[in-house]
Amino acid sequence: MESELTATLERAAHSTWRALALTAIGPLTVLAGVAWALVQPYRVTLLDPRAHGVWDHVVQPPLLVVTVGVLFHVVVVRPLVRALEGGS
Amino acid sequence: MPPAENVHWLFATGLLGFGLCLLARALVGEELWNRSTWRRYLLPAVLFCIGAAMWPVTVFFVVSPIHTLAHTTWAQLTMLAGIAQLGLSAGRLTSRWWNLLVPVAVAASGAMFVVHESNPWFFMRSSFLHHLIGWTLVVGSLIPLVLVFRPRSTALSAGLAALAIAVAVMLYADRDRAPIFGRLSPLAGTAREPAPEVRP
Repeated sequence: MESELTATLERAAHSTWRALALTAIGPLTVLAGVAWALVQPYRVTLLDPRAHGVWDHVVQPPLLVVTVGVLFHVVVVRPLVRALEGGS
Repeated sequence: MPPAENVHWLFATGLLGFGLCLLARALVGEELWNRSTWRRYLLPAVLFCIGAAMWPVTVFFVVSPIHTLAHTTWAQLTMLAGIAQLGLSAGRLTSRWWNLLVPVAVAASGAMFVVHESNPWFFMRSSFLHHLIGWTLVVGSLIPLVLVFRPRSTALSAGLAALAIAVAVMLYADRDRAPIFGRLSPLAGTAREPAPEVRP
């Protein structure tokens, strides 16, 4: 009985750790994109709209990294965490 | 037509998303990841799409015959690996040996990066990164190769994710005509983005 309880608690702790790590990936990716934009502000060409073409405005690494982070968190992580919590 | 660096950044975005999904799958395990139908097909579909996206590059960025040949081979192998993974996910393919197409595609991608870069390492930043990414992929292809034999290894799955993310970061660092460690070959022309550390 006691060992069963211990195993259940260990599984729950493992799931919590995994859920925490999962939920951190998206925000960390967004943070990396924002940090990049701060370190190299000339990458965000939207701040200087007339000097650049459309490709420079839309396809810039900091913006793309932030977009990937947000999409990953909303589309992949949220349902996955729900499944993880439901499964445990 | 977008500049080459923008195309590299778009591929980097696809790879970053792919790498993050691989990382998530490594964290939760294949069983939970595959519980949802759309998630089961997500990674193979992204792999296939990365290969398919190589075709416009092949057609519209004709630099040299070797460039075209490299991108064509690249596109076909990546799409083939994606299709094999889709087949395995759908249960249409059952042999685990189909997984070997992934390390083959990764190694071939690395070889293509090296083959289609005609300039030496320190010619300019994009040359350096092409060589670096190429050799990273060639060596890194050992990870999916070992994964074929140890599919349940969390460390190897996380390693594959790290490989995809590392290549994405390197691709994001790419710039057309930019210096590398302060060096820019005079043959490369002027730097697209002025950098104070340029020492031709």
